[in-house]
Amino acid sequence: MGGLSSRHLLEIEALNSRDIDTIITTAQSFKEVNERVIKKLPTLRGRTVVNLFLEPSTRTRTSFELAAKRLSADAINMSGSALATVKGESLVDTAKTLDAMDCDLVVLRHAYAGSPHILARTMRARVINAGDGKHQHPTQTLLDLFTMRQHFGRIEGLNVGIVGDVAHSRVAGSLLPALAIMGASATVIAPPTLLPARPDVLGAHVCTDLDSILPELDVVYMLRVQQERLGRSPFPSLREYAQLFGINSQRLATLKDEAIIMHPGPVNRGVELSSAAVDTAKNLLLYQVSAGVAVRMALMYLLLGGEEDGFAA
Amino acid sequence: MALLLKGARCVDPAHELDHVTDIAIKNGKIKDIGQDLSIDKGEVRDMSGKVLVPGLMDMHVHLREPGQEYKEDIASGLRAAAKGGFCAVLAMPNTNPTCDTGSIVGFILNRARQSCATRIYVAGAISRGLTGLELAEIGDMYAAGAVAYTDDGRGVQDIGLARLAMDYIKQFKSPVLSHCQMEDLTAKGVVNEGVVSTRLGLAGWPAAAEEIQIARDIALGELTGCALHIQHITTARGVELVREAKAKGLPVSCEVTPHHLFLNEDDVDTSYDTNMKMNPPLRTKADNRALQQALVDGTIDVVATDHAPHAAHEKALEFELAPFGCTGLETALGAVLTYMVHEGTLSYGQLVERMAHAPRALLGIKPVGLKVGLSADVTIIDPELGWVVGSDGWESKSTNNAFNGRSFQGRATDVYVDGFASMQDGVVS
Repeated sequence: MGGLSSRHLLEIEALNSRDIDTIITTAQSFKEVNERVIKKLPTLRGRTVVNLFLEPSTRTRTSFELAAKRLSADAINMSGSALATVKGESLVDTAKTLDAMDCDLVVLRHAYAGSPHILARTMRARVINAGDGKHQHPTQTLLDLFTMRQHFGRIEGLNVGIVGDVAHSRVAGSLLPALAIMGASATVIAPPTLLPARPDVLGAHVCTDLDSILPELDVVYMLRVQQERLGRSPFPSLREYAQLFGINSQRLATLKDEAIIMHPGPVNRGVELSSAAVDTAKNLLLYQVSAGVAVRMALMYLLLGGEEDGFAA
Repeated sequence: MALLLKGARCVDPAHELDHVTDIAIKNGKIKDIGQDLSIDKGEVRDMSGKVLVPGLMDMHVHLREPGQEYKEDIASGLRAAAKGGFCAVLAMPNTNPTCDTGSIVGFILNRARQSCATRIYVAGAISRGLTGLELAEIGDMYAAGAVAYTDDGRGVQDIGLARLAMDYIKQFKSPVLSHCQMEDLTAKGVVNEGVVSTRLGLAGWPAAAEEIQIARDIALGELTGCALHIQHITTARGVELVREAKAKGLPVSCEVTPHHLFLNEDDVDTSYDTNMKMNPPLRTKADNRALQQALVDGTIDVVATDHAPHAAHEKALEFELAPFGCTGLETALGAVLTYMVHEGTLSYGQLVERMAHAPRALLGIKPVGLKVGLSADVTIIDPELGWVVGSDGWESKSTNNAFNGRSFQGRATDVYVDGFASMQDGVVS
């Protein structure tokens, strides 16, 4: 087993295309395991995985927890409200405390960009970024790449459109550089008020007219409109947003035959996707969820699997 | 008490001085300048190989006292100033309580008297409590000794109050020091809006948020006739605005910090080093070039540090939560020497103008100079001394310096204020 070129997964750029291939290939075998009746492997028996979720999350945390448990690791969930952080403990001190308990892997979800670096600097454990502020969500990206590879047999050369709130999206923050690493073409499609200052820095083309580009896309990646995160609304109404940037039945009909729709979930039905666009066979969002567990198992295995001490064998 | 400083290259363009000569000091004043001087009694020090200049002044420092003495206090801040080669500083009013009354001005001046020899000048707040809502007691602070007014740390958002302040302050012939930041545009920004905000997923702070207020305040300066000094200018376009205002003959000046001169958004990388988190933020390489050029051509009048000490536990937070600012008193001179003087882009004469004469002239305070009869406020620089930033510790209580670990060439070794050594051979007294 080749392992990965990075000790941690703090941001997607830590991985090269060979690392990503390794993760996808490994995840394929774990996906088969997940389809069995008995889904548990002894691979990480005796290892401790802490899911440190300082920001509320259900699906990502559940996915990591399942991944750790299916590899027989001891998985502990720590959520924001249960933690000392609300009592004023700093992230550095939380990290030192966990380090003193000899954890092997910490999965961090936090509202602030770059916070996984603080853990990696402070602890001996491996660190996986499960979403840091508006920066990145690298494991989401890996499961997205897995999904594309399974559907198209390749990632290189795919024409991917990312539609929606790119400016505030950690999902896009890691998917865009990853597509560049894998040789796919990426276009961000959104009103200018939902675009970052310099999309070109992330390797993205920019388009503000969804209808003009839809027939050319292999992957239509729809971002969630994050209503809870926006202050003064960057568009006049959800109705207008859906009109300009939502996928509905009319727009579905303009997609290529083999094109797919993806979404990181949870969906706002009737906003970025109409019900028809959620429920169509072209929409792989549930496949993505399933791929997520396998990809996270692969990542944990690759980060921890190579490290065995004298007692293990 | 007498002192003879022998053999330094003495530079003061204000008195057309730039050659190796001796300087004799007696009773706190420069007594003689000339070749082969001698004194009957007193101390004779060999300064050959050194550069001796009029005492430097930093017109933008945060000394944190009263209120945040765990970051810095007046004593430690004045020692840091001496270590960095400064004879004088201007203390910003964002203390706790805010320096917005004469009694706080008096408190700061009194505390400084119990500290090392570095001179302190005080800037008072424009608005009560820095809230931007109503004028502070500016006349009361003036009477107590304040020399300038600013809401530094925040821009005055309300254009009506900004106008009122400038109209009121001009009666004291003091400048308004303007921190330019329109908060509607900076919002939750923490880094320059552009490449770095996109790459790191951090909220952006657009250059326009600064430039709009610069343009506004220049217009208000023209309207009211009040002297306006733009603090920590960071962008090429801001410099253009000041250049145009000066060409029109308006009483407008500006300062630049070493970190905005020599660092840019590319230095804010995926390590999320919070010592690179500044207000205003580090801008682009093109801005570095424009700022350096403007410093050379005189559009930028002053190098000031915006010395902003913060405790280690505060800077160890997540980037978005950590406070803005970096220390600067102990590294400013080294940075300017290393990146400009030794590169041949800025002369020692220009350094003296920007770091000694201009700040005092703008503030209307007692000038310094290498001239017989003037106060013996001098800074002595070893131009060849190589050092690594941070490697020999700090006089400041805080270590949040943006140049940490860099190799500098050139450092102050001796500082005299009124003929008294505040630093001798690199040791602060």
